[in-house]
Amino acid sequence: MVAWAVDAVQGLVALVLAPGVVGLVRWLKARLQSRRGAPPWQPYRELRKLFAKEVVVSTNASWLFRIAPYVVFASTTAATFLVPFLAVPRPLDAVGDLLVLVYLLLLATVFLALAGLDPGSAFGGMGSSREMTVAALAEPTIALAIFALALSAGSTNLGQIVARTLADPATALSPGHLLAFAALFVVMLAENGRLPVDNPATHLELTMIHEAMVLEYSGRYLALVEWAAALKLLVFFSLLGNLFVPWGVAVALTPGALAVAAGSVVVKFVLLAVGIAVFETRVAKLRLFRVPELLSVSFVLALLAVTSSFLAR
Amino acid sequence: MAAALSPNLTSAVFLVMVAGYLLGAVGSLAAASPAVTRSLTAAGALVGAAAGLGLAGMVLVVGAPFAVTVPELLSPGGGLALRLDALGAFFLLLIGVGALPAALYGVGYTRAYAGRYSLRWLGAMLNLFLLTMSLVVLADNVLTFLLMWEAMSLTSYFLVMTEHDGADTAAAGGWYLAMTHAGLALILTALVMLIPPGPGSTFAELRLTVATLSPTTRSVVFTLAVLGFGSKAGLVPLHVWLPRAHPAAPSHVSALMSGVMVKLGVYGVLRFALDLLGEGPVWWGGLLIALGAASALLGVLYALMEDDLKRLLAYSTVENVGLVFIGVGAGLLFAALDHEASAVLALAAALYHALNHTAFKSLLFLGAGAVLHATGNRNLNELGGLIQRMPWTAACFLVGALAIGGLPPLNGFVSEWLLFQSLLPAIASSAPLVPPLMTLAVGALALTAGLAAASFVKAFGIGFLALPRSAGAAAAHEAPASMRVAMTALAGLCALFGVGAVVIVPRLAEMLRGYDGLTGQPAPLAEGLSLALPGAFGGMSPPLVAMGLVLAVAGVWLAVRLGGDRRLRRGDTWGCGRIGQTARMEYTSTAYAEPLRRVFAELYRPTEDLTVDVHPESRYFVQSIAYRSEILPWFERYLYTPLLRGVDAWAARAQAIQSGSAHRYLAYLVIALLALLAITLARSG
Repeated sequence: MVAWAVDAVQGLVALVLAPGVVGLVRWLKARLQSRRGAPPWQPYRELRKLFAKEVVVSTNASWLFRIAPYVVFASTTAATFLVPFLAVPRPLDAVGDLLVLVYLLLLATVFLALAGLDPGSAFGGMGSSREMTVAALAEPTIALAIFALALSAGSTNLGQIVARTLADPATALSPGHLLAFAALFVVMLAENGRLPVDNPATHLELTMIHEAMVLEYSGRYLALVEWAAALKLLVFFSLLGNLFVPWGVAVALTPGALAVAAGSVVVKFVLLAVGIAVFETRVAKLRLFRVPELLSVSFVLALLAVTSSFLAR
Repeated sequence: MAAALSPNLTSAVFLVMVAGYLLGAVGSLAAASPAVTRSLTAAGALVGAAAGLGLAGMVLVVGAPFAVTVPELLSPGGGLALRLDALGAFFLLLIGVGALPAALYGVGYTRAYAGRYSLRWLGAMLNLFLLTMSLVVLADNVLTFLLMWEAMSLTSYFLVMTEHDGADTAAAGGWYLAMTHAGLALILTALVMLIPPGPGSTFAELRLTVATLSPTTRSVVFTLAVLGFGSKAGLVPLHVWLPRAHPAAPSHVSALMSGVMVKLGVYGVLRFALDLLGEGPVWWGGLLIALGAASALLGVLYALMEDDLKRLLAYSTVENVGLVFIGVGAGLLFAALDHEASAVLALAAALYHALNHTAFKSLLFLGAGAVLHATGNRNLNELGGLIQRMPWTAACFLVGALAIGGLPPLNGFVSEWLLFQSLLPAIASSAPLVPPLMTLAVGALALTAGLAAASFVKAFGIGFLALPRSAGAAAAHEAPASMRVAMTALAGLCALFGVGAVVIVPRLAEMLRGYDGLTGQPAPLAEGLSLALPGAFGGMSPPLVAMGLVLAVAGVWLAVRLGGDRRLRRGDTWGCGRIGQTARMEYTSTAYAEPLRRVFAELYRPTEDLTVDVHPESRYFVQSIAYRSEILPWFERYLYTPLLRGVDAWAARAQAIQSGSAHRYLAYLVIALLALLAITLARSG
């Protein structure tokens, strides 16, 4: 019963925390670029504003445009609940594994891509087409990275991977793990529309992928879509943080262990946020047709990860 | 219960099936009016398919035996021998799942055919096609099998030719006829190599001969069977007929061909590999995985570029058959390596994907048919806006598109997940080349899944959303009730097979027991509501995932509804200040796939042709732009064109002996007779 409660609470806390992580990245980037920047809690203010605003829906749009934000938010939430933030083993682990998580995120992407086409604007179509291109090309990398993790952990279930790595800490430093981490890091950038694949802060519609796709959304719909995007970033943060560097995750449900776990997760999020902010400040956006090259690099990394995990077996 | 299911009962159900189809065929031919023809066609097919489902259910669920031999029919080949085992029953079930909705759909769909095409022949051939497909999986000796196989191919050929005045129909039929007969020749050779010297040729007797064959001969038989059945299943490079013939047929027939008939190619390979030939070397599985991965990737890559909705679906069939063959190959490979649990898992995943594909591909073809029916168009670049005009069809098509895209919680997601999971245990194998092969197969599977999602976002998004791109699409109307019911039933099945996987998948594993190499008691594949896999390579619970998603959508909707603002205003789509949006500003199907065409330019080798017509006064006033782009048809150009040229050349050479002189023909006869006598003498002496 306690385990269920911990699972439920950690998922809900992640939901609440997600916009803050995006705000933190933005704030760090601003500081690195010598700007003052909005405070890290700015996304919460934006969400509150958006939820209070009227929605404008294109006359061309159908019911799909209106249900898509709910599906996007719900499937990203469902994916969030599959991630072990604080403790293993966990009861929700049996509901779905890493592959299920990836497919839930793909469901969200597909609905956003459909909603991008629905109002019939060229921007939406462009963003939708590019988003699906990136998503499709990122898919093999994700699968092989999962394959590499499963090789050393003997399972694709997230809790199992964390528990196995905790029991045998040497695997976390094995070349297979490190390469898979690098591959997933690139996928994280691509899937979340970060630099160098997409620029989340640009004003020009033509250079965007994700923002062009959701251009027609407003009010509460936009709030849900943005919140889901923040949640997706948090999911990838926690995958990178907890699957590859599982230290701190509680193996027993004692208050002390859970407090340590909560602290360590926050530290990992902050470190990853700093990492992304530094990275995004250092690199320029790639031309769209250079993106496949980046993704093939990540694919090769994942392939090497599988190979070295196999050899180390 | 078992007592109630005596052989008499199964025989009675079998007779109902045959009688249903036959009466449907005869009734269609004899009916007085088109309306009666359409009803009788559907009635016969519905009765036949329902009885077929019943028979399959009896054999699968209760384990009732069914075997009939009619020595009087086909006596030179040992009589008409029929027997239904678990493998055959599974495919009979699959036929029923595809046939019931297709038959119902035909009532509404073929209404427009009256006066243009022969409804009588369509009805007769449809019923005979369903009957012969059912008898293929029941056949228990060589002659019965070959006869039914050929009858199935011919009836489906006539069905493809229904809309005989279509622009590409004749060419499509020609390709189909040639490829299916090349396949038949290979299958015939494979079966003949297994026939024992004596008079008998039942499958049981064939199995006995196999023990006496050398490993090389068995491998030759296997390869012939894979190529022969692969041509029916649409394995690359034998797939070229499929994207031509399937779209040319009436849409409910396309659904049957893509959803059901290609699976009989899978059945043939399984019948040979699991049953007749028994366990083979490791490379048999490897060959199937390689062919499957190539078909999956090339199928989806060509589907992505396709602007014709039905051709897109046909290419996607090539892709899905490839996925099924990856599973079958992995199963054979694991069986050869004695990893029995993994073999059962991989084969169960393949069979489940085959069943799921029947549900969603039939649904999508029926949806495409409804679009064609309503707009007279299948070019995605001229569709759009249909979600407003035919909401029911759009909702059903969306379910099919999500299912085939492998998205939770629908059935395609579950079987793709199972396929992934079934490839993972290859890690435990120490056989050389197996781990790299499996790694590449996982990569191919994942890329296929991603590209499939992209191509179906394109198909639904461009076809159904936004503004209509042509007058036909603007004037579209919702499909009649019979078509809607058929599509809704299939959409329901997609959801049911997704959530119900925990019940169905363990049954599939159970069913496979007793086939070669799979003798032991398999580990259960499900625990409560979860699919738990042997070897603990992860598990998941389709019903709980579905429940979680539904609860989350409901929860978010409720929270937003209670807490947030409910105001909603309709406004124009943002057009950078330009007022008045038209369909010309929308993305098209071609444009949607453009980024991926560039990424895979090495494969597509696109040739582009852009003609800009400017005003004579100034080159800044563009009067018209014509853009054409074609991708390189590799297989047609580099495999089939030289092949056909070679055939022509040899045919021309063979003409030399065809002089037209009766004397020379008589001389040929004498030479042939003498040669036969000589051979007979040599063999007996």
